[in-house]
Amino acid sequence: MDTKKMAIIATKGTLDWAYPPFILASTAAALGYETQIFFTFYGLQLVRKDLSGLKVSPLGNPGMPMKMPFGPKWFKDINWNMPNAIQAIIPGYETVATGLMKMTIANNGVATIPDLRSLCQEADVKFIACQMTVELFGFEHSDFIDGMEYGGAATFFEFAGETDICLFI
Amino acid sequence: MNFDKELDARGLNCPLPILRAKKALAEIPSGQVLKILSTDPGSVKDFAAFAKQTGNELLSTAEAGGEFTFFMKKK
Repeated sequence: MDTKKMAIIATKGTLDWAYPPFILASTAAALGYETQIFFTFYGLQLVRKDLSGLKVSPLGNPGMPMKMPFGPKWFKDINWNMPNAIQAIIPGYETVATGLMKMTIANNGVATIPDLRSLCQEADVKFIACQMTVELFGFEHSDFIDGMEYGGAATFFEFAGETDICLFI
Repeated sequence: MNFDKELDARGLNCPLPILRAKKALAEIPSGQVLKILSTDPGSVKDFAAFAKQTGNELLSTAEAGGEFTFFMKKK
């Protein structure tokens, strides 16, 4: 049987959207897929050496439950969602929301993004950064983790054209 | 059931139990059995799917008090 292949284009640069590409890629690798992720636009944030800038924002995100990851059950069950106009003027709102999200992630035994990213690399998932957006955003190759390759759309298609699964995230 | 290696994946959530199992299976020779403990309810379907796709044989799945036990034989 030929090796199955999967390609992902990762375009989002927030903590929540960092999960799908790394979860799917690491799992695909565990299932024996040859896997590549092409990081472009804001997805480049996911392959920077420093991941501390990855945040999650409840602003303009009505699908995100805002619940406290600590305290008694009745307190955890409260939904703290508030109007966008109010969220927007509270200083540090995003930072607090990100801190709470990280706590929730840890409480649920969900892996951290640095861990999932390392697991992908250990499993030989190939990471390709879009050279055009690297330049567009003023990044240097030294901003990114080791083992990256740099290329453009044609590089992506070379592999994607032969895949069984191809996702845009 | 007899087993050659045990993996405690309790408290871990998707996809960690599968990734840890894959790693543990890589450390035992073909034909040996890996015992896996998990608390992730999603792992029941996931281990069945993992076995089907990788050719490793899922010998048994059991649940007791919110804890799942799997025995998997390496291909």
